[in-house]
Amino acid sequence: MQRKDNMNPEMTSNSQLADPVLATVEVEGLTRSSFILKSALAAGSVYGASTVAPFVGQAFAKGQSDVDILNFALTLEYLEADFYAKALKKAGLGGELKKLAQQFGDAEQQHVDALTATVKDLGGTPATKPRFSFPISDRASFLKLATTLEDTGVSAYNGAGPSIKSAKVLAAAGSIVQVEARHAAAIRLQANKQPSPNAFDKTLSKQKVLAAVKPLIKA
Amino acid sequence: MSNSDEADMVHKETPAVEALVRDESSRKRFFAMVGGAGAAGAFGIFLAACGGNDNKDKTATQSQTQTRTQPTSSGTSQFGQGDLGILNYALTLEYLEADFYRKAAASGMLKGKALDVAKRFGEEEQQHVDALRATVKQLGGTPASKPKSKFPLTDQSSILTLAATVENLGAAAYLGQAANIKNKQVLAAALSIHTVEGRHAAALNTVIGKNVTPDGAFAEPASADEVLKQVKPFIVS
Repeated sequence: MQRKDNMNPEMTSNSQLADPVLATVEVEGLTRSSFILKSALAAGSVYGASTVAPFVGQAFAKGQSDVDILNFALTLEYLEADFYAKALKKAGLGGELKKLAQQFGDAEQQHVDALTATVKDLGGTPATKPRFSFPISDRASFLKLATTLEDTGVSAYNGAGPSIKSAKVLAAAGSIVQVEARHAAAIRLQANKQPSPNAFDKTLSKQKVLAAVKPLIKA
Repeated sequence: MSNSDEADMVHKETPAVEALVRDESSRKRFFAMVGGAGAAGAFGIFLAACGGNDNKDKTATQSQTQTRTQPTSSGTSQFGQGDLGILNYALTLEYLEADFYRKAAASGMLKGKALDVAKRFGEEEQQHVDALRATVKQLGGTPASKPKSKFPLTDQSSILTLAATVENLGAAAYLGQAANIKNKQVLAAALSIHTVEGRHAAALNTVIGKNVTPDGAFAEPASADEVLKQVKPFIVS
């Protein structure tokens, strides 16, 4: 693999396989952010989790404000917080994994609170929380979806990062995405997977993303 | 060895290693270094960083967070101006990380799966080195030269602890520069490396029995000056 290509998000090819588990997450809500999240997850289910990152970047590339990006991030954090809350009730987690789920769910809720406050401070209206449904019933299904969602969170923040205009918001997003990456690595270890699947957390080319997302937006 | 085997090792080895690493002093030093003390403090930084309506001036950001973390570009200017300075600063850190893993792997002190992790993470750091060098050249700059390094390698436990310290520091270093980067492609690249450093840090924290998110829900940045002070003992020349 040529490292130079990895440095250029426009040229990076997506080696991640499509992630059908994303298609199993149901998002019900009427806001623009919930719609975009739904489309992004659908795209990820066809083209791989990393699809979400450039999708976010593209979705907000033209004349979109930091509030729009923050509201998308907020919607993603709603998803993650809700995921851990429901997993703790119905996935039968125990031991170290249960502790991690509690710790990570608490962190996601703190991200929700911080993003909500930040949107308000910027004069925006925080996105409302969609309703979610997750196909988790045990440790294995929890680990599978948790891995995908945390990796997706990393990709989403990294994909949106260069579109963020405010240095303050960028710094805050950076402090959140590092925590998402840490969650992803810890969950991956629990699932007996490599903590870092690549030397660079990946994105997909603009062309592929547009191709992937276009039909979903029409539908 | 398959990837899953390797990760399995990291997880299963945790109990064996964690007993050896109950020394909290290094963790405290790390906190002192990055200027934070847990989730409440980090949350405060988040709000301070995001609380204003001024969304166009990077200087404002720096002045607001300077008291805690000083994520300014001043410390990177010794490596060059602007993005080139930041890239060469990052390159210098990646040289050290790659060297550290190389020497650790060659020390004979790492066995079995700990050795595999050192090799794998070391290879990823070397990929960061190669990518950063290429990017500096693309921007018309000269890549920083590789420093001579020296690391205290005494046994497997202390090597893994040092690895965790180095990776947590590396993640904080990238976070400290993100808002200073001007070029969007350089930023995208730095972000994609930043989260891998965060993944490494979390994995090694797991191995040595520490919290995978030691700063809580919001990771804390470290300024170039703070980071360089921390790595100075590892640089011979």
